[in-house]
Amino acid sequence: MLSRVADSLYWMSRYLERAENTARQLDVTLSLMLDTGGASVESRWQHLVAALGKPAGLRVSGTSDEMARAMVFDPLTPASITYCVNAARENARQVREEISTEQWQRLNRLYHQIHDPETEAGFEASASDTLTTVLDGIHLFQGVGGSTMIHGQGWQFIRLGRYLERAYSTATMLEAAVPDLASAQDRENSAYQYLDLVGLLRSCTAFEAYCQVYTADIVPDQILEFLLLNRDFPHSIRYAVDNIRYAIESIQRHGGKRAPELAASVGKLHAMIEYSSIGEILSGDASTFLHSIREQCLRIHETIYRNYVQYSIQSALTV
Amino acid sequence: MPAGSSVAFDSLFGDYPLDCAYDEMRTPSGSIRPHYRALAEMLASLPAGELQRRKQSADLSFLTQGITFTVYGRDEGTERIFPYDMLPRLITATEWDRIERGLTQRITALNLFLRDIYSDAKILADKVIPSELIYSCKHYRRQMRGLDVPRNVYIAVVGSDLLRLDNGEFVVLEDNLRVPSGVSYMLTNRRVMKRTFPQLFASCGVKPIEQYPQLLLATLRALAPEGRPEPNIVLLTPGVYNSAYFEHTYLARQMGIELVEGRDLVTHDNIVYMRTTDGLKRVDVIYRRVDDDFCDPLIFRSDSALGCAGLFNAYRAGNVTITNAFGTGLADDKAVYAYVPRMIRYYLNEDPILPNVETYILGEDRDREYALANLDKLVVKAVGESGGYGMLIGPHASQQKRAEFAAAIRANPRNYIAQPTLDFSRAPCLLDGKLEPRHVDLRPYVLYGDKVQIVPGGLTRVALEKGSLVVNSSQGGGSKDTWVLE
Repeated sequence: MLSRVADSLYWMSRYLERAENTARQLDVTLSLMLDTGGASVESRWQHLVAALGKPAGLRVSGTSDEMARAMVFDPLTPASITYCVNAARENARQVREEISTEQWQRLNRLYHQIHDPETEAGFEASASDTLTTVLDGIHLFQGVGGSTMIHGQGWQFIRLGRYLERAYSTATMLEAAVPDLASAQDRENSAYQYLDLVGLLRSCTAFEAYCQVYTADIVPDQILEFLLLNRDFPHSIRYAVDNIRYAIESIQRHGGKRAPELAASVGKLHAMIEYSSIGEILSGDASTFLHSIREQCLRIHETIYRNYVQYSIQSALTV
Repeated sequence: MPAGSSVAFDSLFGDYPLDCAYDEMRTPSGSIRPHYRALAEMLASLPAGELQRRKQSADLSFLTQGITFTVYGRDEGTERIFPYDMLPRLITATEWDRIERGLTQRITALNLFLRDIYSDAKILADKVIPSELIYSCKHYRRQMRGLDVPRNVYIAVVGSDLLRLDNGEFVVLEDNLRVPSGVSYMLTNRRVMKRTFPQLFASCGVKPIEQYPQLLLATLRALAPEGRPEPNIVLLTPGVYNSAYFEHTYLARQMGIELVEGRDLVTHDNIVYMRTTDGLKRVDVIYRRVDDDFCDPLIFRSDSALGCAGLFNAYRAGNVTITNAFGTGLADDKAVYAYVPRMIRYYLNEDPILPNVETYILGEDRDREYALANLDKLVVKAVGESGGYGMLIGPHASQQKRAEFAAAIRANPRNYIAQPTLDFSRAPCLLDGKLEPRHVDLRPYVLYGDKVQIVPGGLTRVALEKGSLVVNSSQGGGSKDTWVLE
């Protein structure tokens, strides 16, 4: 597979995952703001910006409506949903012949929906509807891809992009939530705290799944355990890392270069999560642990690039 | 059945005019030409509305097969189908035989001409063609001088445009020797027509064209550098913003070869590689759909991002075949065109089978004087342009436009040629449920690897606008399927 094509598929997928993550976290935050007895609107926004990894260029002042609009519609802010959807579509267009027509149509429809002037005009009244449209569009794209695209190397690059972005953004979100989780530990659960904790789970579509495992007993440590270490939940970090590993193995099975360096960096992250218990993590410094996951994700990204996309000609010729 | 007698038939033809030009389907007296009878009978036998229904199903077929071009601007990202006409254009076996022999002769001579110009230039020494005409051509590439190209084939893929004049004879209007396009429409038109008119297709006895991608692949393989028995063949595209991008993806898919852009390629030690996820992979043959100017920033335009630095040196070293060769545009220059019949006599010692259109070379004093005095009767073309750009259709142009062209011709006579306004043939097209005649040309596709091969057919381009003589797709033209009969 051409490096350029792999690169475009990988980024198409990362951008959509990023848009999905932003849409879900924004939706939860806007809904939490409705309960005025909890944290202040300002601190909610600060928290959201931190949970998104303090992306550069994101508007952090003004009214709630202005900030939310910027986060959804500003085409010039790399963190906005519109920016991510545009970038995903642009990448898809470069490799139009690699993805299925159905995938292209879904992505195109999502693009037109978000660019429809009526969507922006009616945003204040129906923010949640808009965000649901975005999420639906992305889910449709992923579902249709799963059933119409050939599951070869290109598909594995799509999966690689999705799960690497997911591991990174979930770690970022949890890292921002650690102080709140720690403080919630010490006090009686108030109704507002309960809402906040449920909000954290909802940001990862994890509330119902969590209840199935732990019942509706919302305990901070268990939330952390669930989102970090659960083996079966698709938005947990462990699940994402398992899938990163699987995608890389599949890429190599489908004709991609063997890359021991890449196997090592993914293996390291995998082992770190595989052989950790929540007790250990909490007795140490959870923030540092999460931060290390993020750094390792970045390293994996660089290694993918070094091996599959932007390798130097000299290195490729000496092999 | 005496065609024309049934009610359905009359309503279909309505006031179909036979006023001028050669009609592909009907004789001047109005009767149906013999090879069109099966088509006419089928049209007459179809119940009302049936044609329209089939048209819709054909539209859908184009759309679902993705035979579309992308529209930018307001409806950004929406896909439209390429305009086409439902009714096939028929050519008899005898007519085709002449076209095939004529084009084979012509392409052979043009290739010998390129070989000659880029080596000894004997034809210039013998004063058959004036040297200044060649050396002032903007498509002449001095870098090609003395360079050996594989099998001496400069033009592996050619599309020549033919017209049928009022005497029924085909003439060559121009040759496209650089990066001719449109072959994907020829192939997809055929697929849709077979589905739309299966019985008619079977009863007419049509020669197949579906083997084109395979022949193209074999042609490219035949031109691979020595010692590369399993050549890696790629198609080089300028990218998604090129209007022919659909065709590039289509051909790459049909041939099972990689579609690459300039940024996918790197050169090292005069060898071309493509970047893959499995490391660098050597490239042996490049079927390029990028113009000369943009192929290699080190040799041609230095501001081009579409090509790959070092490509030309690798080509010169014989490590990669790039086809068509560079500098072939010289031979489809519209002024050089006027000399093709003389080339055929010079290199092959034969009379041209397919004639040229009468052409005035405005760099020559006598021709220019005549042309400037008769601008209202002539078509003037800029020699370096294609696709219907830079053209004056005298009889239809305003006084002011003619004056502008006259000034431009005086300023740079080498840049223009003039031809009489041709009354070329018209074929019936289905427009709003009625048959109406529209001007058509014919672009057969010629391949030249081991030998010259032409698939029986080509792209019939249609000037869909009433009275229009311009068939180029960039100027509102459409296409129709071309059936060469057994």
